[in-house]
Amino acid sequence: MSLDEIKIGGMGASRRRVEDNRFIRGKGNYIDDIVLPGMLHMEILRSPFAHARIKSIDTSKAWGIPGVRLVMTGEMMASRNLAWMPTLSYDTQAVLATDKVRFQGQEVACVIADDAYIAKDGCEAIVVEYEPLPVIVNPLQAMAPGAPLIRDDKENQHDNVVFDWEVGDKSGTERAFAQADVVSKLDLHYPRSHPSPMETCGSIADFDRATSKLTVYMTSQAPHIIRAAVAMVAELPEHMIRIVSPDLGGGFGNKVPVYPGYVASILASILLERPVKWIEDKTGNLISTGFARDVYLRGEMALRKDGKILGIRMHTDSDHGAFFSDAQPSKFKIGLMHSAFACYDIPVAHLTARGVYTNKAPGGVAYRCSFRVTEAMFFQERMVQAAADDLDMDQAEFRRINFVGDDDFPHRTAFGFLTDSGQYGKCLDVGLEAIGYKDFLKQKEEAKKRGRLLGIGISTMTEPLGAGNSREYDILGIKMFDSAELRVHMTGKAILRTGAKSQGQGHETTWAQIVAHELGIPADDITVEEGDTDTAPFGMGTYASRSTPVAGAAIAMVSRKIRAKARKLAAHLLEVSEEDVEWELGRFYVRSSPDRGVTIQECAMAAYTNMPDGMEPGLENNAYYDPPNLTWPFACYIATVEVDPQTGVWDVLNVVAVDDCGVRINPMIVEGQIMGGLTEAYAMASMQFITFDEEGNCIGSNYMDYLLPTAWETPGFELHEVVTPCPHHPIGAKGIGECATVGGPAAFVNAVMDALKGTGVRNIDMPLLSDRVYEALTKRRDVSGMPPMRTDDV
Amino acid sequence: MYPSRFRYEAPRSLEEAIELLRLGGGEAKVLAGGQSLVPMLKLRFASPEMVVDINNIAGLDYHRVDPDGTIRIGALCRHADLENSAILHAHQPTMAAAAPVIADPIVRNRGTLVGSLCHADPQGDWASVMIALGGSIIAQGPNGRRSIPVADFVKGPFQNVLAFDELAIEAVVPAPKGVVNGGYLKLERRVGDFATVGVAIALESSSGVIIRAGIGLTGVGGTTINAIEAAKALIGGPLTAESIANAGDLAAQGAQPRTDHRGSATYKRHIVRTFVVRILDGVVESMERAA
Repeated sequence: MSLDEIKIGGMGASRRRVEDNRFIRGKGNYIDDIVLPGMLHMEILRSPFAHARIKSIDTSKAWGIPGVRLVMTGEMMASRNLAWMPTLSYDTQAVLATDKVRFQGQEVACVIADDAYIAKDGCEAIVVEYEPLPVIVNPLQAMAPGAPLIRDDKENQHDNVVFDWEVGDKSGTERAFAQADVVSKLDLHYPRSHPSPMETCGSIADFDRATSKLTVYMTSQAPHIIRAAVAMVAELPEHMIRIVSPDLGGGFGNKVPVYPGYVASILASILLERPVKWIEDKTGNLISTGFARDVYLRGEMALRKDGKILGIRMHTDSDHGAFFSDAQPSKFKIGLMHSAFACYDIPVAHLTARGVYTNKAPGGVAYRCSFRVTEAMFFQERMVQAAADDLDMDQAEFRRINFVGDDDFPHRTAFGFLTDSGQYGKCLDVGLEAIGYKDFLKQKEEAKKRGRLLGIGISTMTEPLGAGNSREYDILGIKMFDSAELRVHMTGKAILRTGAKSQGQGHETTWAQIVAHELGIPADDITVEEGDTDTAPFGMGTYASRSTPVAGAAIAMVSRKIRAKARKLAAHLLEVSEEDVEWELGRFYVRSSPDRGVTIQECAMAAYTNMPDGMEPGLENNAYYDPPNLTWPFACYIATVEVDPQTGVWDVLNVVAVDDCGVRINPMIVEGQIMGGLTEAYAMASMQFITFDEEGNCIGSNYMDYLLPTAWETPGFELHEVVTPCPHHPIGAKGIGECATVGGPAAFVNAVMDALKGTGVRNIDMPLLSDRVYEALTKRRDVSGMPPMRTDDV
Repeated sequence: MYPSRFRYEAPRSLEEAIELLRLGGGEAKVLAGGQSLVPMLKLRFASPEMVVDINNIAGLDYHRVDPDGTIRIGALCRHADLENSAILHAHQPTMAAAAPVIADPIVRNRGTLVGSLCHADPQGDWASVMIALGGSIIAQGPNGRRSIPVADFVKGPFQNVLAFDELAIEAVVPAPKGVVNGGYLKLERRVGDFATVGVAIALESSSGVIIRAGIGLTGVGGTTINAIEAAKALIGGPLTAESIANAGDLAAQGAQPRTDHRGSATYKRHIVRTFVVRILDGVVESMERAA
């Protein structure tokens, strides 16, 4: 008799998260929980200026403080050829500043001391003489004639342009626009934000002179890449480097890059031959580590009167800060921006993209998304709503007539992506039904008569996630595959290791469920380990919703290899030929005599105690998986709001989410991911952004100024699902970690803009703070464009 | 957090605390709820030589109403105590309206009203409420106690008039002479954010005629704003649509907001006006209900 898959914690079981046992007891093992004998503490002195020449650094007072062991400056790093490091985008980034500082918060010096208090005292005792320089805080200033050159350290860099890039069919798009009945235009900004994991970045470098081994405990979403990078950059032998990523208190893309603090702590440990711990404070994390977004769009849509989209033209200006250190694995300079409009049947499209340097923090990261997909989908759905309004068409109907049909897969998008599956119309229908679309439209008209402003916003999108396939995605040349290694012990218990690295996604829970599904071993009998490069197989880590699409597939594949060997063992135990053995969950049996069977656990025992002649003992294997394509989940998010015309404050009435992420491994965890993503989407739309004043001072350097939503203001969400299995993934799953973050913001913004429809306001840039909404309403004009911080009517 | 080094003292009596403050000679800071002091220590904005933690002093965590209607709030009475207070709900609508919107629930569990007044942050809510109510602070020093009206207590942003060896031990709301009404409205970008704008209104009326009015404004000036003109205009008559609109305009004129990342000066003035009108409209409704 076959096992009940839900009971053994297999696919589809809303199994409780096993990692929570230690987290809720305060027994997690985060970077700052780790204490090594003789450990010293490092603090970083940061620049108060956004752009300034360093005239002198006097460290003598810091050296004089009892307990200070080492003071490091850029000059000292330079003498070891470590003042600059390569970035993930083939640029360079200062480890400690030598010539000048290029953003507020840039690392200038480090103090290593007996405790963190002394290290901080030491930083305060360093005297740095700066000569302030003109500051650039947005692309307009960066591209202005005569703008100060930020990257004067680079040969052949004569302006502040990082790249110019394009994709699509320029002349074809021009022809489409020439034939258009209507051209809908919209300029947008996706503001800068910071992923802001609760746990900041940190490292403990421990160089052991006796063994020549360097162990680095660090907050990394991709420990294997770090090992490779350290081996290549520091020219240390790779087998003498061990990177351990312990429990991570969130990552959201922020913990993908290599930061100066990591490098400095490693050098300090090598110099001092003692473990050196660096734990970044919250301000350091917010002002210096990988931000996200900060892209301006000029969007145009060519339309036929009946609502058919004929072509798309997009131009983006992206602000990369002082160093181009985008943490993205694609060959495309502006990431997957051109995944925009993938769910719509668009004949032709053209995208141009320019990136610029500014005096802002570097390290563009994919904050809970595949790189630039968040901006792409936001731009797409805002443009779609504006186009529907321009045509005076119902926004749901406009989407429906432009969707790629269920039978039109595989579909090549105008920008060249290949989508493989979806039921877009069905998702939209489920969403409209759930929100009560027609009733709401009536309600809205009624309310309007009484001076109340109600609005409904829709966002539908399919996004590419799960980098990669190795043809198009790599980091520093390393292909974007992933891995799993499974060892089944004699008693049928198992340990699974992967090249991914959970930061809260629940891998320890869900990975075991995949094995349970493939082998019938109860999930509770499987330990999952990640993050230690000495033990885990080589993998590219966790971001871009790639764990389930790639590592998850590797887990299914390695389980199948194990099952193939177990089948041979079963045939041996049952004394029949392999061809006569059938599989059901957890058990092999003789086809002609189903009562005669052996369990997977019996096969495991046989692998160590009773293998057939000539068979290699043991029951373990590994798998490296290179996905044939990205996965393409689809989502429909709908929000309804009421805007208070007297204050500009808007309240969310209802939110409905319909997600099609294929087969769900653990529905509870999937729902948690969607709720978290919607919360972040609401935050982006309503409050969460980092801005800068004219001097380049970061407004948003702490949690009083950088607003993260709490349970008190976050609305409730109603979740629904549609399941279209991924055709190429071994268990039919797609990524889900980022869908709501990516698709959600446009639903909220569209809802507010719908409420303001007819007032002459077409756009308010995020976040839709009440003062912006009020200003738009009273002045009857858009509130959008370049920061800095608005000073419209001092 | 890694503050500068400081000496920590936890006195068990007021006298002991005041003696420590005297010894500190201006370099000591008092720790009550710590919701403002501790972040400042963390950022090293404040680097006192001594922190005098008064949490071990018994008998300061009260709030009560005297038989004559005077409300007294001890130095260790937490915001959460006031939020859950039956006394305020029965006797003091302006305070009852403000208590649940102070900071966020976590801050309210530790922070204190008296500490908030001493901190003198122009974006602190309680100072506006106390100014509207005509409240005062009782300070105790080596030479005894004195009473300081809250309107005079704040010298400037983050500055109060306490001598270095004085401890604020109690906030006092005077007994009302008429029927009490009022409210507090706060615009914030998120729960726990400082007020973009806060408006506190406290009224006393007799037979529908306003006999005392106070209006305090949060977040729209270098210090808490006492909107005296607006308050004065309400006294001597009933609340009418006209007097309400007038008070709103006067309060907006009395505000001294600055454009910043919470909004433009124009917007903040507009919100002051809107909130004055909304609170007073609410008062009219509740007076009509009562009548």
